[in-house]
Amino acid sequence: MDALFLSRIQFAVTTLFHILFPVLTIGLSFYLVVIEFLWLKTRQELYYRIYRFWARIFAINFGVGVVSGVVLEFEFGTNFSQFSQMVANVFSPLLAFEVMTAFFLEAGFLGIMLFGWQRVSKGIHFLATCLVALGSILSAFWILAANSWMHTPAGYELVNGKFMVRDFMAAIFNPSTLTRVGHMVMASFETSSFVVAGISAYYLLKGKYVDFARRSLGIALVMAGFFAPLQIFLGDRSGIGVFHHQPAKLAAMEAHWETNTAGGAPFAIIAIPSSKEEKNLFEISIPNGLSLLVTHTLNGRVQGLKEFPREDRPSVFALFWSFRVMVAVGFILLLVMAWAVLLWRQGKLYHHRLFLSTLLIVHPLGFLATEFGWVTTEVGRQPWIVYNLVRTAEGVSPIPAGNVLWSLGLFLIILPVVGAVYFFYVLKTLQGGPDLSSPIPPVQRPIGMESLAQAKRRTGEE
Amino acid sequence: MDLATLWACLLGLVFIFYVVLDGFSLGVGLLFPSARDEEERDLLLNTIAPVWDANQTWLVFGGGTLFAAFPMVYGILFPALYIPLVTLLFGLIFRGVTFEFRAHATRKQPWNRAFFLGSLVAVVSQGLALGGVISGTTVVEGRFAGGPFDWLNLFSIGVGMALVAGYILLGSTYLIIKTTGAVQQRAYRQAFGSAIVVLGFQVLVTILTPLHYPTVLAYWLNPPRIYFIWIFPLMGLVAFYGLMRSLKNRREILPFVCTVILFLAGYLGLIASLYPHAVPPTVTFKEAAAQRETLRLVLWGAVIVLPVVLGYTIYSYSVFRGKVSAEQYYH
Repeated sequence: MDALFLSRIQFAVTTLFHILFPVLTIGLSFYLVVIEFLWLKTRQELYYRIYRFWARIFAINFGVGVVSGVVLEFEFGTNFSQFSQMVANVFSPLLAFEVMTAFFLEAGFLGIMLFGWQRVSKGIHFLATCLVALGSILSAFWILAANSWMHTPAGYELVNGKFMVRDFMAAIFNPSTLTRVGHMVMASFETSSFVVAGISAYYLLKGKYVDFARRSLGIALVMAGFFAPLQIFLGDRSGIGVFHHQPAKLAAMEAHWETNTAGGAPFAIIAIPSSKEEKNLFEISIPNGLSLLVTHTLNGRVQGLKEFPREDRPSVFALFWSFRVMVAVGFILLLVMAWAVLLWRQGKLYHHRLFLSTLLIVHPLGFLATEFGWVTTEVGRQPWIVYNLVRTAEGVSPIPAGNVLWSLGLFLIILPVVGAVYFFYVLKTLQGGPDLSSPIPPVQRPIGMESLAQAKRRTGEE
Repeated sequence: MDLATLWACLLGLVFIFYVVLDGFSLGVGLLFPSARDEEERDLLLNTIAPVWDANQTWLVFGGGTLFAAFPMVYGILFPALYIPLVTLLFGLIFRGVTFEFRAHATRKQPWNRAFFLGSLVAVVSQGLALGGVISGTTVVEGRFAGGPFDWLNLFSIGVGMALVAGYILLGSTYLIIKTTGAVQQRAYRQAFGSAIVVLGFQVLVTILTPLHYPTVLAYWLNPPRIYFIWIFPLMGLVAFYGLMRSLKNRREILPFVCTVILFLAGYLGLIASLYPHAVPPTVTFKEAAAQRETLRLVLWGAVIVLPVVLGYTIYSYSVFRGKVSAEQYYH
């Protein structure tokens, strides 16, 4: 085990841990913007309660996201210093802009959003919520622009092994930036909508906080109804981008070995690819499927993996399956939404126990898809750290393996502990349920508003 | 002034912002064990809860600007300081998660400990890293070429201890502003004690550095430095005198201001002794600077965005100004 291998594992471990949290931060912050807007517009107390409840989940999630994210910004230097020195002129401004425009914005207004209820006006509070959401999306934009540049480098000139800037706009908006930003932000929206929906469904199944849960669920499902199909569309755009810019990666994702000369390339639904024998030991496929998918024609030519030298190929097995897990989740969530639309038209959405149970079961799947999506895209970039230009092995820091073994060992202890405690406290918060009774801050309360508790007493319901 | 020099100044500004802002947040963490009961601990956490994340962001920004403006420094120092920097991250993880985790916990004790230890580990590793940088780094052909423990020596351990005292001073003078009653009285005593330790360390460093590094002594005794280098110890002494007087007179804001000036004196003295070296003893800022176009682009970004950032940071502090009450931030 050398420093390169260990550094790659460490970057993978810390990234896969970190990304779970921004996914929910981005999506929930957007959900909270919608909820606070509804609260200010309708003045229905329920919206205020929904906001406060989900903001608690948001806060604990944000905290873990921040501390695990700082790690990544450091690892470029500690573990991949040669990469950093080679690409800095083009790459590092994107990270600097992320801090300037996104991190400061989120951090600056998070305090007001969480703790400022008594201290600022309604408008300022809503503005804070919006700016935190904007910050989270800007952060996704910059970090994905940087990551996309590693996949589809542009706007540079190579001088003595160093990247020099030619055109910053071309580097920022490199060929894959916009599709990948869209795909990731949509993943966050979709995942978060299903998290809110699944937890609300749980309350409905238990018969607890029924009004609260119905409203939370309704809004989440409306959002998920847009996001689920849109995500499949964006995923398709991403796939076509990979086909054009990273053909070896696409061939590996699809376990497509031979370039199709006569007729279309088949799409393997399942396969057992073998890198050693350069073929699939077993496969079930749809004829012409792959050609149709990436070229949108029946017989379009798709380069096979054998056209690329062995040392330039990523791991086929890992790519093929991680990609399929991600796609499968996308379609499962789409089907659940189709079912939701059907039930909604029949007016049975909130009572159908099987549907609510299904929501509860599928609600964490978005996280799974996000993890496997990142495995697909990053394993697919190998063996390059800057696609087709710099090998990952050339980017690693000149440090002994012992350093990385030590830090990786500690990360493998600390991150699971932090993750487990996070999970435990989130479950505890969910068990405790929303706070439906504590007084609304005076600045937020409309004059003469009847509280939920008073309304209950008046109507005499339980 | 050329772009590289301008960026060196800007970077210096970013790091001192970090040191002061996260310095008092981490300092409150170092003072955590001195709180008597959970109510007092709640109070201490509330003084920094709305601002700690923004404060810590200056560290990420420092790293980011270093990467953007002086990639060679970033590429040499980060692997060289691998162990203290990763340790710093571990400390920051435990410090950062405590705010939320402790609020949700039924048993607060483990998180009280995590908050203190996380802060302590973060501060000590910052000191070790800084001490390591000053002690010098082996560089061959623009790459780090030393061993994994090069940063570890008596001097860097001393800097680590000095930083603990310094951050306690920042934390306690901040608490004087934000609290009342028993907690505030204790903060006055803590500030007094830590100020004396800080002064001791600053005097020690000022005497030891030239003995240890003959080049620094030569710097000090020759023009142009001989004309102004004495200003910084003088500035430190004046700040210390002001600090002591303001503590004695039970002033509330002045002790923090004096502490910041005291920090500034040490910081500027250090920079004046090392400049133009970015990675002592060899690499200068000019050699290490990024391409002109990169420096210019990020500079424009900073010129446009940073005033806005400073604006809303000041606004956020003004929203949460005044004494921290028993108002429940966490539920």
